[in-house]
Amino acid sequence: MEILVCARRVPDTSENEIEVNSAGNDIERDDLVYSVNEADNYAVEEALQIVAKQGGNVTVVTVGNEDDEEILRREMAMGANRAALISDEAFCGSDGKGIATILKAYVEKNHYDLILTGVQAEDGGAQVGGMLAAMLDYPFASLVNSIQVVDSKKLKISREIESGNREVSEIDLPCVLAIQTGINEPRYVGMKGIRQVASIDIPTFGLSELGVDAASVGEAGARVKRTDYFVPAAGKGAEILQGKREEIVDKLIELLRAKGGLK
Amino acid sequence: MSRIFAYIPQKSGVPDDAATELVAVAKKIDSRASPTAILIGFGPEIDAACTSLRDSYAEIWRVANESLAYPNAELVRKALVDVLPAGCILLLPHNHFGIDLSPGLSIKMNVTYVSDVVNIEGTDGTFLNLVRQEFGGQISAHVRCDISSGAVLNIRPGAFKPQEIPALNGQVVDKSAAVGALPSKRRFVETIVAEAGDVDISKEPVLVSIGRGIQEKDNVAIAQELADAMGAVVSCSRPVVDAKWLEKCRQVGSSGKTVKPKIYMACGISGSFQHLAGIKGSPFLVAINKNPKAPIFQVADIGIIDDLLEFLPELTNRIRESVSSHR
Repeated sequence: MEILVCARRVPDTSENEIEVNSAGNDIERDDLVYSVNEADNYAVEEALQIVAKQGGNVTVVTVGNEDDEEILRREMAMGANRAALISDEAFCGSDGKGIATILKAYVEKNHYDLILTGVQAEDGGAQVGGMLAAMLDYPFASLVNSIQVVDSKKLKISREIESGNREVSEIDLPCVLAIQTGINEPRYVGMKGIRQVASIDIPTFGLSELGVDAASVGEAGARVKRTDYFVPAAGKGAEILQGKREEIVDKLIELLRAKGGLK
Repeated sequence: MSRIFAYIPQKSGVPDDAATELVAVAKKIDSRASPTAILIGFGPEIDAACTSLRDSYAEIWRVANESLAYPNAELVRKALVDVLPAGCILLLPHNHFGIDLSPGLSIKMNVTYVSDVVNIEGTDGTFLNLVRQEFGGQISAHVRCDISSGAVLNIRPGAFKPQEIPALNGQVVDKSAAVGALPSKRRFVETIVAEAGDVDISKEPVLVSIGRGIQEKDNVAIAQELADAMGAVVSCSRPVVDAKWLEKCRQVGSSGKTVKPKIYMACGISGSFQHLAGIKGSPFLVAINKNPKAPIFQVADIGIIDDLLEFLPELTNRIRESVSSHR
């Protein structure tokens, strides 16, 4: 099975406090730690597990710039055997539909049985996978938390719905699935693995190679634009307990006892 | 101004809570708007749901089709494309169904799409200014989108106060005949109900709840010791279940359990809206987090800015001491 995984490099929120920059037009990017978007990493692991059973290839693709190559190498160190960087000045400022338009052009130059994305990026709209599927006229499912290959023409999948329940469906190939976190246990990638793929040449594709209409992507094609970032006005907010840790502990115990929280 | 529609999910004939919230959203886009509800389903269920919306909507479009008895987003998408007029604005709740349906729907309708909208700031008829959140609610963004040729907007459940309006005694209009052949590349098989698990956190009065801040599996014991000392039960947020450190039955949130405790101790939980959506009944909420900007501090009653791996053991010890001294 030929599987494409669309991945993104994002600021890692478990490592950073995200703040608005002084101009208010972006987040403060100095000293940010970046990593592969969490759900995308689960998607790569799922693709690797399918190929391990069924045979085939896993290609990881990202739309970005040369800085984003590091996540392609990381996913290759995990086991993806191919990677592609899609990069062009004309792609800067694309909205979700613009990114889906670019990926559609890339998919049409190749052949994939299955396309996976992460369900959502930290700064994203959970939208590119569903848009890409609609553009390709492929069936789509989001919040996918299990995949079972039935035969060469279809999969049995489940989606996460409310209250921890799962919705089971059959879906025809080729299709696009947006993968939910927790679907598997992504393998560990060590420094040694990263070093082994450090010198592999990763092909880059731009506007002309993909044959994308410049007016449909980038700033020019974007119908949705972020104008600025701001910190929401805090509500009432918590009463922050101050003092030494022992004092805070005693104060908290007093409060918990008053509220009936201690046996 | 474009005509505004609100897609209202229904379950067993009961419309989703989004119904009155989406009226408020439509009024915020255009104060004179009288949005039209659109319901899709089959049999007595859809009729009951349409009838119960007659107070809130002046017009209710009913789309009944046996193939749509279960809300399969792939089929509903095609039905909506067949039924909706060009250039309209469609509002939907940003839940598991809206996430599945809407991005592709916006492509098929060739309109603008924005997900997880938390506020509407106004429109000049061509551009709509709205608010989204990013990075788990740590920061917000103003977004300007072109709605001149229509839009699909997914609205965060609970972000808008339901609109109070006098009962409208609305008309139900049947639009079932507009639906053509439906695709079948994705076929619903069954719903698997979550396993009950060894504990029912939805009935527990005191929860010690842990998130990503617990850092590793071995540290779960720190929370369990505190819970034991308090006579509480351990629950968690999504990352803890994703990492397989606790069972799914202990997850609080929109994709987990809804809890109604008296006391909720959020330890190393940032406070995403999906997590908060699972906490009902206004418990006394204590947040312990080393990131002072964590959104959980905006909703907590009491905040403690500290490393939970050091704070929790000290709290546990003091509780044990004070319990024995109280005896």
